[in-house]
Amino acid sequence: MMTEVSAGARYEALYARIQEIVARLETGDLPLEESLALYEEGVAVASACQQLLDEAALRVQRLQGGLLIEE
Amino acid sequence: MQILTVTELTTYLRELIDSDEIARDIWVEGEVSNFNRHSSGHCYFTLKEGDAQLGAACWRSFVARIGTMPANGAAILAHGRVAFYEGRGQLQLIVDDIRPAGIGLLQAQFERLKARLEAEGLFDQSRKRTLPALPRRIGVATSPTSAALQDILHILGRRYPLAEVIIAPCKVQGAGAADSVVEALYLLYEADVDVIIVARGGGSAEDLWTFNEESVARAVFASPVPLVSGVGHETDTTMIDYVADLRAPTPSAAAELVTPDRAELTEVLDYLRERLDLAIATRLTTTKNDVDVVRRRLELRSPMARIGRDRQFLDETLRRAEVRLSHRMSLEHARLDGMRARLTALSPHAILMRGYAVVRQLDGRVVTQPEQAASGEALIVTMRGGDLPVRVE
Repeated sequence: MMTEVSAGARYEALYARIQEIVARLETGDLPLEESLALYEEGVAVASACQQLLDEAALRVQRLQGGLLIEE
Repeated sequence: MQILTVTELTTYLRELIDSDEIARDIWVEGEVSNFNRHSSGHCYFTLKEGDAQLGAACWRSFVARIGTMPANGAAILAHGRVAFYEGRGQLQLIVDDIRPAGIGLLQAQFERLKARLEAEGLFDQSRKRTLPALPRRIGVATSPTSAALQDILHILGRRYPLAEVIIAPCKVQGAGAADSVVEALYLLYEADVDVIIVARGGGSAEDLWTFNEESVARAVFASPVPLVSGVGHETDTTMIDYVADLRAPTPSAAAELVTPDRAELTEVLDYLRERLDLAIATRLTTTKNDVDVVRRRLELRSPMARIGRDRQFLDETLRRAEVRLSHRMSLEHARLDGMRARLTALSPHAILMRGYAVVRQLDGRVVTQPEQAASGEALIVTMRGGDLPVRVE
């Protein structure tokens, strides 16, 4: 079993988070301080997503004799 | 004209046959006769069609891989190479794979199987699943050495390198291929993948036949996750194309179908960033307006406003006081001027100028009665020309 979180899973989590942030900010009824904090977080999360997309390298494994062998 | 020995000729013929592209890799359709399994394990038979016939040999290792060998009279499609057997001066087909009948028969079998599987509901549109938007683990069942696999890996890496790929190597043609594909699929079903590609590059209908086998179709049907078939070229349709959740025309197309495009994801991110900017700008504008409103209300209630209003009242009062004062002063000036004129008219000087005189004592009192002055007292008589000192007799 894999213990580390895959790049895909991290991207999904970040992507879900930025969608949530945008939706909450767009309601416009949050206190200003909270809005600013969310905005900062949104910018950071978007950058993290972009970085994952830009820097990821396809991980390839092969099933062999019931085991996963790294290519 | 050349004269050759038999050995020279048979060697020449063997080399001629061996160097021929078609004879080296060929499917031959025919009917089996004279089938003989030798104690060595090798099989020998004759392939007949019409009046023509050809000797065939299938070595032990291939017999094992093919499994059930055809009986005499069976119409088969045999794959192998043509060889010249010098010891007997005969041509032979060295068989390494055997399929039932020719393409016509295969096609008939295909249609029968297809009708049966369709009736069973293996092709139902209602059970087609949608592919995950962002696949984490992509299973690929294909030949590990194929160009198809390289194409798939290249496309997956270009489009969505965040994914992980689990390759389940399998044999995609020839004897035992169907079992190999089925085994690879079931390994993937245990490998925690969230989408599967079954792929094979282009080839002849016989090459692709593995993917028409019932066992492979049923294994595809059993997939716990969405499965995409990418077998052959656009024009090829195999049984698993009907069973799969999605049919891709080629292995490369399958790789594209299971992944989002990184460029599109970047565009979506840019869009989300724009929405973030817009939302915060709107929020800031709202806040600024709120602040303006509050400030105006505060200013109306502030001591400064009160002082301002008081100061204005004072200024106004003062201004009005000044106007009234200056008016009053003008009146006073006019009155003074009038009095001065009247005083001038009443002045004793003016009377003196007319020839009258005034008699005063030395202390300045005017003498108006004779008894005011004592005898011998010095008095001063003032007249037009000046003062005249006199003494009373």
